[in-house]
Amino acid sequence: MAIIYQTDKRSGITYAYEASYQWDKEKKQSRSKRTLLGRVDPDTKEIIPTDGRGKKRAGGSQTGHLDALEAEAIYIIREVAAECEKPVMLYSIGKDSSVMLHLALKAFYPEKPPFPFLHIDTTWKFREMIAFRDRMAKEKGIEMLVYTNEEGVAQGINPFDHGSAYTDIMKTQALKQALSKYGFTAAFGGGRRDEEKSRAKERIFSFRNSEQAWDPKNQRPEMWKQYNTQLHKGESMRVFPISNWTEKDIWQYIARENIEIVPLYFAKERPVVYRDGNIIMVDDDRMRLLPGEEIRHKSVRFRTLGCYPLTGGVESTADTLEAIVAETLGAVTSERTSRVIDHEAAGSMERRKREGYF
Amino acid sequence: MEGLLKFITCGSVDDGKSTLIGHMLYDAKLLFADQEHALELDSRVGSREGKIDYSLLLDGLMAEREQGITIDVAYRYFTTERRSFIVADTPGHEEYTRNMAVGASFADLAVILVDATQGILSQTRRHARICVLMGIRYFVFAVNKMDLVHYSQREFLKIEKEIRKLAIDLELSHVTVIPVSATEGDNITLKYSNMPWYAGQTLLDYLETVNIEEGTEEPGFLMPVQRVCRPNHSFRGFQGQIESGTVQIDDEITILPSREKARVASILVTDQKSVFARKGQAVTISLNREVDVSRGCVLVADTELTVSTMFTATILWMDDQELMQGKNFLIKLGTKTIPASVMDIKYRIDINTGEQIATSKLYKNEIAVCDIATASPIVYDTFSGHKGLGSFILIDRVTNMTSACGVVEHSLRRSENIVWQKLDITREIRAGKMGQKPVTLWFTGLSGSGKSALANEIEKRLSLDGKYTMLLDGDNIRMGLNKNLGFEPEDRIENIRRIAEVAKLMNDAGLIVLTSFISPFASDRQNARTIIGDENFIEIYVSTPLEECERRDVKGLYQKARTGKIPNFTGISSPYEAPKHAEIVIDTGRQPLEESVRIVLEQLAPYLTDDAG
Repeated sequence: MAIIYQTDKRSGITYAYEASYQWDKEKKQSRSKRTLLGRVDPDTKEIIPTDGRGKKRAGGSQTGHLDALEAEAIYIIREVAAECEKPVMLYSIGKDSSVMLHLALKAFYPEKPPFPFLHIDTTWKFREMIAFRDRMAKEKGIEMLVYTNEEGVAQGINPFDHGSAYTDIMKTQALKQALSKYGFTAAFGGGRRDEEKSRAKERIFSFRNSEQAWDPKNQRPEMWKQYNTQLHKGESMRVFPISNWTEKDIWQYIARENIEIVPLYFAKERPVVYRDGNIIMVDDDRMRLLPGEEIRHKSVRFRTLGCYPLTGGVESTADTLEAIVAETLGAVTSERTSRVIDHEAAGSMERRKREGYF
Repeated sequence: MEGLLKFITCGSVDDGKSTLIGHMLYDAKLLFADQEHALELDSRVGSREGKIDYSLLLDGLMAEREQGITIDVAYRYFTTERRSFIVADTPGHEEYTRNMAVGASFADLAVILVDATQGILSQTRRHARICVLMGIRYFVFAVNKMDLVHYSQREFLKIEKEIRKLAIDLELSHVTVIPVSATEGDNITLKYSNMPWYAGQTLLDYLETVNIEEGTEEPGFLMPVQRVCRPNHSFRGFQGQIESGTVQIDDEITILPSREKARVASILVTDQKSVFARKGQAVTISLNREVDVSRGCVLVADTELTVSTMFTATILWMDDQELMQGKNFLIKLGTKTIPASVMDIKYRIDINTGEQIATSKLYKNEIAVCDIATASPIVYDTFSGHKGLGSFILIDRVTNMTSACGVVEHSLRRSENIVWQKLDITREIRAGKMGQKPVTLWFTGLSGSGKSALANEIEKRLSLDGKYTMLLDGDNIRMGLNKNLGFEPEDRIENIRRIAEVAKLMNDAGLIVLTSFISPFASDRQNARTIIGDENFIEIYVSTPLEECERRDVKGLYQKARTGKIPNFTGISSPYEAPKHAEIVIDTGRQPLEESVRIVLEQLAPYLTDDAG
C-alpha cells in the first residue's frame, strides 16, 4: 500500500490516492489499483476526504433515494432533449415546477436547458405567483412563454360562474391551443403518480394522439429505461420525469437543494374567507363574497398553487421549510384535497386527462 | 438504489394481490386520511359488504373498477421508517403478460402470490418466468390465504417444497417463502398467534431489510452517451448516466464503437464538479483530447462489450399484429436507435411450461428466442453481463408501437459463418434491412406523355425519403442488356419480358424499381405483371392525350412519324392499348410537373407501406 499524489494541471488541485499492487499471473506483470482518498489542502497538506456525493449522507437510507430519483429524472429530461424534435417544459409556478426547473438546469449544466418553458396563465393565478415566474425566468436566464386563452377572457369565463367549464376552457383548451400554436412535440409535466389514482397508471412517456387525447387502454409498454419517443406528424408526448416522486420527496428535495419556491407555501397572515370547508384567499377585488361571508385575516399557507379562487389553504404557522416539511410529513390529508375541483366526481381526473388536461 | 426498493407483485385477481398491498399500506398507517375515507366509502359499493376491501386502494382506472380487474400497471409509493418503496401492481392473467413485463422491468424484487388452497399453478411459473426474463434477481413467494387452510404448517411445507423445486427449474436466485393471510393480515406487517410454527420475518420486515445490491454488481465502468453538451467552443462534455462501476479524473476511457482512447479531463455530477462518479449518477464527462463521440456511443473502462450487427435474443412480443420473420423495426438499445430486423425466430417458449416450440410467427404475449440483425454495428452486451446494454425494445416503423422488448442472450459475431449458411436470406430480410417494401412502379404511356420526367422526379423524391431505388428506362436498357433487340413485334415482347425479369431481380434485392417504357400492348404489361408478381406491380398510366404529346414533340419524333420516317410509331402507325385497370392514372397535361408528382406520390403511399407485417 502506498499513497500517491497527483496534481491536476488545469485546476491546480492535488489529489491523494491509495494504491495497492497485485501480481497478474496471466500477464506476468504487476497491476496497480488506485482508490481516491481526497484532495490535499495546499496550506496544511492534510488530505480532505471527498464528499462522495450521496455516498454517506447523514440519515443514510432516508435521503439516498433522492439521489436515485434525481438521476432518473435527469435521464428522462436528457432523453427528451436528445430525441424529441421540439420539446417544452410546462411551468405552473408551483413547487413541483420549481423542482422541475431545478432538475432541467442541473441536467444540462453547463448549458442552459435547450428548450423553452411554458406557463398557461388563466389570469386568475395568485399575484405572487406571476411575480415569482417573471423573476425566475430572468434570474435563471431561461425562455419563458406565457399563453392565455384570449377567447375565454373575451367571453368573461371565470371560476365563479363557470365551474368545471372554466378549467376546461382556461386550462385544458388553453394548453392545447398553446401546444399546437408553437408545434411542440413533447411537453414535460410535473405530474406524479402518487397524486391521483389515474396518474398511478400513466406512463412516463405518455403518448397523445393528434387530438392531444390520452388513451389509457392503448398505452405503449414502457420497459427499463428504453423510452419510445417515435411520433407521427401531429402527435405528441407528455413526459413526466418526476412520476416516481412523492410529495414527501419533493419537500425533502427542495430542502436539500435549497430550491426557491413561491412564498405562498409559507404561512403568513393573509385575507381569507371560509367556503365549503376550504379556506380561500382574497387575492384581489375580483373575488366575490357570498352572503354571510366575511374576510378574515388568518395565518395560512398553501400546499398546492393554482387559481386563487379554486385553491384551498390550510391554517398553519409553518413559516420555514423545516416546519412545512414537519407538518407535511405528518399530514393527514393528501395534497389533492386542497384542489377544489377534484371533489366534483370520482374519476374526474381521468376524464379530464382523456380530454387533454395534464 | 440504496434506500429505495422497487418491487412488483404478481398473482391473479383471486390470489388477493391488491388486497395484500392494500393491507400493508393500511396496517403500516401509510394511508392519508382522505384516501382512507375514500376506501371506506368505496367499500360500501364493493364486494365485501361493508368490511374494508383493501384492494380498492390499488385499482385505479374507471374501466377497471367497473370490470373488477386490474388491466394495467399501477404504481404505489410508501415510506416506512426504514425504507422508501415503489410497488408496481400488475394484472396476472395470461393476456396481460406484457403489462406484467412492464412492471417487472421496473422492479428489483418480485413478490409472487401463491394461493395456499391451490399451490403452484402454471400461472405461478409464468409470473416467475417473466420476472426472470426481465432481470429480477430477488423473489419472495407469499403463500396467501393461510386462513383458508387453517394455518396448517403441513400445507405450507408442502407448497414450500414445490416452490423450492420451481426455483431450481427456473434458476431463481435469492428465494424467500412466507406464509400470509392478506385479508386477515397475518405476517403482512405483524405476526399474529395463528402460525406459531413460522419463525421467519413478516413480509414488510423482509422488504425493509433485504439488500438487493448484493451479488448484482456488473464489471467495469460503462456509460452510454445520451447527448453532447457544448455550451461554448472550449467545452465539450458527454452526458449520461453511469450504468456500472466508477470513474475518476485521469482514468483512461475507451469510446465504442470507434475504440478510440482518451483520458477523463473533468467530471460533473449533475452540476457539481467532482473528481469521482459512480453507478447511477447523472454525469457530464469531458475528455483530454478531441475524439468523435455522439449520442449512442458508449464510454467504457475495464470491461468488454461487443460491437456487431447480429445477436441472439429472447423477446416478448407485445403487439396486436403478429410478428413474422424478416420484419423490420427500429431497435432502441442503450441510447442508440437504428433499423433492425428479426431474421429468424428459432423457437417459442411456452410461458407456462417452458417448452420450446418451433414457429415462424409470434402472437401477442408470446416469448421467443430469435436472431436480430441491425442495419449498422451497434454496441451491446449480454443481459447477464450489463443489464443496461443487454436490453432493448423494437418499435414498429409504421405504427410507432413498442412491439417487443428483449434481452441479448449472446453475440453472433464469432459464429457468423455458421449462421450465414443456416439462414435463408430472403427478399423480406433484404428489404427489411432497407426498411422498405420493394415494388415495381411501371410507368406506361405515349412517347412525350411525360413518363420519364415523372419517373425521374418520383425517384428523386423517394430517394430523399430514404428509399433505395433503381430507374430502368430506354437509356440504360436499350444500350446494354437489350441492344440486340429491334422494334419488331417479337422484339418488343422480348424487350418487355427482359425488363420485367430485371425489375423482379431488383425487387428481390430489396430495391424499389421504376420503369419508364411506352409498353403499348396490354398483353406485354400483363406478362410483366405476372413475372414481377401482382402484389408488387403498380401500373402508373400516364394518360396525357395524343394531341398534347404531339404538340410537345420534345424529340421531334412525331413529326418524323407523320412524315413516315419512323415506322411502327406508337399512336401514329402502331396502336397504344390504354390500361383499363391501372393502379394510378395521371394526365401530365393538366397540371405542372411538380403537382403531378405530388398527386402520384400521394396515391402511391399506401402501396409503399409494409402492411404484410
